[in-house]
Amino acid sequence: MIKTEYIIRSNEPIADGVYRMRLEGDTGAIKAPGQFIDISVPELFLRRPISVSDWDASGLTIIYKVVGAGTDKLSAMRPGAALPALSGLGNGFDMDKCARHTAVIGGGVGVPPMYGLAKRLLERGHEVTAMLGFNGTGDMMLVQEFEALGCRTLVSTADGSFGVRGFVTALLPMADFGSFCACGPEPMLRALEGAVGDKPGQISLEERMGCGFGACMGCTKQTKNGPKRVCKDGPVFDREVLIW
Amino acid sequence: MVDTSVSLAGVRLDNPVIPASGTFGFGYEFAEIYDINCLGSISIKGTTREPRFGNPTPRIAECASGLLNSVGLQNPGIDRVIAEELPKLRKCFKKPIIANISGFSLDEYVECCERMDKEEQVEILEVNISCPNVHGGGMSFGTCPESAAEVTRAVKAVTKKPVFIKLTPNVTDICAVARACEDAGADGISMINTLLGMRLDLRRRKPLLANVTGGLSGPAVFPVALRMVYQVYEAVSIPIIGMGGVSSAENVLEMMLAGASAVQIGAMNLVEPYACRDIAKQLPAVMEKYGITDLKSITGGAHNG
Repeated sequence: MIKTEYIIRSNEPIADGVYRMRLEGDTGAIKAPGQFIDISVPELFLRRPISVSDWDASGLTIIYKVVGAGTDKLSAMRPGAALPALSGLGNGFDMDKCARHTAVIGGGVGVPPMYGLAKRLLERGHEVTAMLGFNGTGDMMLVQEFEALGCRTLVSTADGSFGVRGFVTALLPMADFGSFCACGPEPMLRALEGAVGDKPGQISLEERMGCGFGACMGCTKQTKNGPKRVCKDGPVFDREVLIW
Repeated sequence: MVDTSVSLAGVRLDNPVIPASGTFGFGYEFAEIYDINCLGSISIKGTTREPRFGNPTPRIAECASGLLNSVGLQNPGIDRVIAEELPKLRKCFKKPIIANISGFSLDEYVECCERMDKEEQVEILEVNISCPNVHGGGMSFGTCPESAAEVTRAVKAVTKKPVFIKLTPNVTDICAVARACEDAGADGISMINTLLGMRLDLRRRKPLLANVTGGLSGPAVFPVALRMVYQVYEAVSIPIIGMGGVSSAENVLEMMLAGASAVQIGAMNLVEPYACRDIAKQLPAVMEKYGITDLKSITGGAHNG
């Protein structure tokens, strides 16, 4: 974890209520896809944890949905503004555990961190199938970006307006993968857990956080290995340890 | 040169800055980001006899200048605290430790204090009779003078270490509770625990916290905490550890002038992981600014006479 200050380079809507923000600054503490930053938003007491979608030596990209006071203020911030943040939080996905052919499975705002993961898995020589689930074309995002990475990209929408009608689990039979990584809303993850068979997988959880770095015990989940903090021990957990 | 050292019931601290229980874990994870030996002491995560998962999530809600928590005393239980957590803290922290003890029965308080009494680096026991987030224990002991005195007497009987009783502000007369603790043999008072509060989620029209209510802390409560420390200083003659919304070196001085001998910092640790280090670092310059050379001499300085 480092404490740093990013400069906003761009902040634009890419889907209904969803913004992409590019930040310039120190990314040295980000070691794995699936980690997050904890942003200090003007006038609000608690920081806001947002997952890193992609990063390089000079900066990073976050993609967030406006769901409350913090993300609302964030969406109104302009390029050039400074954004104080804690960076490199959480464990991220362990790519050494990924099979030669790995499915990266994202639902809604769980899709962005899977982009950085897919990119790095491809760089390491893995075969990657992206399975992306949305409500409809309105909240659909990053599909072309995943395709541009060169991975097979499958899309489901609940309303059938694009790709396969149904939930992201409907895409599972369409690829013969050896392991998976997933991020998305809890009902999706639960459905996935029931539908994916016995393949090894890593699952990134979401929980309302206080501090974001393990101090307050605000985001604890019970697991088969005892209580774990989503912010510090996670957000990524091996599927075997999770209790549904 | 200014002297930042203070004394708590005979325990000397290099400075009055102490991370408050429940906002700093068992300290060693903060040692990964800075040398925690710059702190006066650490009040470790509240410990109970049995391991506790705590309350369901969401456990955190925000408000203007503060937050509500309903963590509910999550901790690994005293066996593991003594066997695993304290040794990890000992490796990176060479100062006196404050062990924060919670319980659901008199027996539990007694047993935990008896066991912490044997831990050499633990120099002060802070007995929490004020957690607002658990049922059948915690705050229920701290809301009436008689039961507060009963806990105090029971734990004093099993330890030679100074016992500070941590009080709740959710009472009609905190001075009466503080006096009862003093009369029962308490060596000091820690105050205040969080203020009971709640928030609603407008979309669901339901409480934001799964536990419905939670404890309010952060800069929002500082004036309330300061007022209570000021009042209790006049009611008792034992030392007070002041806490509640402290967020700067200036706040530390205010707390001490109101009557605190040392100060704990809680909510600020959760938004600013370096808060305690920075406040300890800024303290000498702020003391000089206000013409203070010996910090311990200002305790209670705001009172007449």
